[in-house]
Amino acid sequence: MVAEAEVWEALEEIPDPEIPVVSLVDLGVIRSVDVAEGQVRIEFTPTFLGCPALEFMKRAIEEKVPGAVVKVIQDDSWSTDKITPAGREKLRAAGFAPPAPRLVQLQSQVHRCPYCGSTETKLENIFGPTPCRSLRYCESCRQPFEQFKTI
Amino acid sequence: MNEQVLLGLADDELVLGWRESEWTGIAPLLEEDVAFSSIAQNEIGHARAVYELIVGEDGDADALAFDRKLDEYRCSPLVELHLLEWAHTIARRWLYEVADEIRITALKDDPDTAVAGLAAKIDREEAYHRMHAEMWHDRLGDEPRFQAAVEDLWPYAVGMLPEGLRADLAVRTGLDLPSNNLLQGHERGTHTPELAPLWDEMTIVRRSAPTGAQW
Repeated sequence: MVAEAEVWEALEEIPDPEIPVVSLVDLGVIRSVDVAEGQVRIEFTPTFLGCPALEFMKRAIEEKVPGAVVKVIQDDSWSTDKITPAGREKLRAAGFAPPAPRLVQLQSQVHRCPYCGSTETKLENIFGPTPCRSLRYCESCRQPFEQFKTI
Repeated sequence: MNEQVLLGLADDELVLGWRESEWTGIAPLLEEDVAFSSIAQNEIGHARAVYELIVGEDGDADALAFDRKLDEYRCSPLVELHLLEWAHTIARRWLYEVADEIRITALKDDPDTAVAGLAAKIDREEAYHRMHAEMWHDRLGDEPRFQAAVEDLWPYAVGMLPEGLRADLAVRTGLDLPSNNLLQGHERGTHTPELAPLWDEMTIVRRSAPTGAQW
């Protein structure tokens, strides 16, 4: 029989289809894993509702954990605050500025460059290559970068 | 759960998403090409989530979205308009987002927790659409051409909301509510002639492959 911890370990190996440096567990989209009487149940929440990777993620989970019942939960339980500290560091290292925590973002409009750490950055476009990203430009190291939106 | 209200929201987002996507590739600025494509993607994502909520876990959201007859759609005339003109497009973006915020805020307090939860999730994403619309409103607000476009579309924007929410819209936009005469033909429940060609385009795959298209 599969243990809950093994399911989490398997899920940690599934990369996000659009930002493969982070796993679904890093992103915090796995809401629960439940193993009862040999049946695995996994609940997960989409990041953005229009994310085309949604079906892809669902299938990836079903392939990684054969026999699991995967349920998509469309409530308000996910925000970018659910991205784990390890996930944030992986994003930053790959050149994506991780989203600031919601409370911080609401109080200050500071966005830090993921390359040099400077806060002298400016918004180029609220929208970017995917719904979850904005485009910014660092005035200090003159590097454009993608900012994961805080939602 | 008021199904008609939810259907109105989903149909608005589907049809407006379709309209916004018409700028993909031809927007006047590259940034706006990206912005309109992203906004369209989000709006259609919201429509899908609301259709899924209406039909329930075992229902067919695609059937609800695309298999209805034209007069069964609950979208408001505002979103139907085919506006490939920048001043009117931005005027609609701004008016729509102000009205949509009022509607979504009301749904966040819905006693049905599934409705309230989904409304809250949609609201997180709409915050970025509002930022975009406000940015353009700040930039063009003093331009006579933009002001004329807002005036043109104002009765449509009012017609998007039920009567109880209209006063709030007037306060937030700083515009006066139009008379009932001026609202005729602009309110939800009626359709503009521009919906028919859009419906035709939107449903053609479903109609030509009723047993399901394989990609």
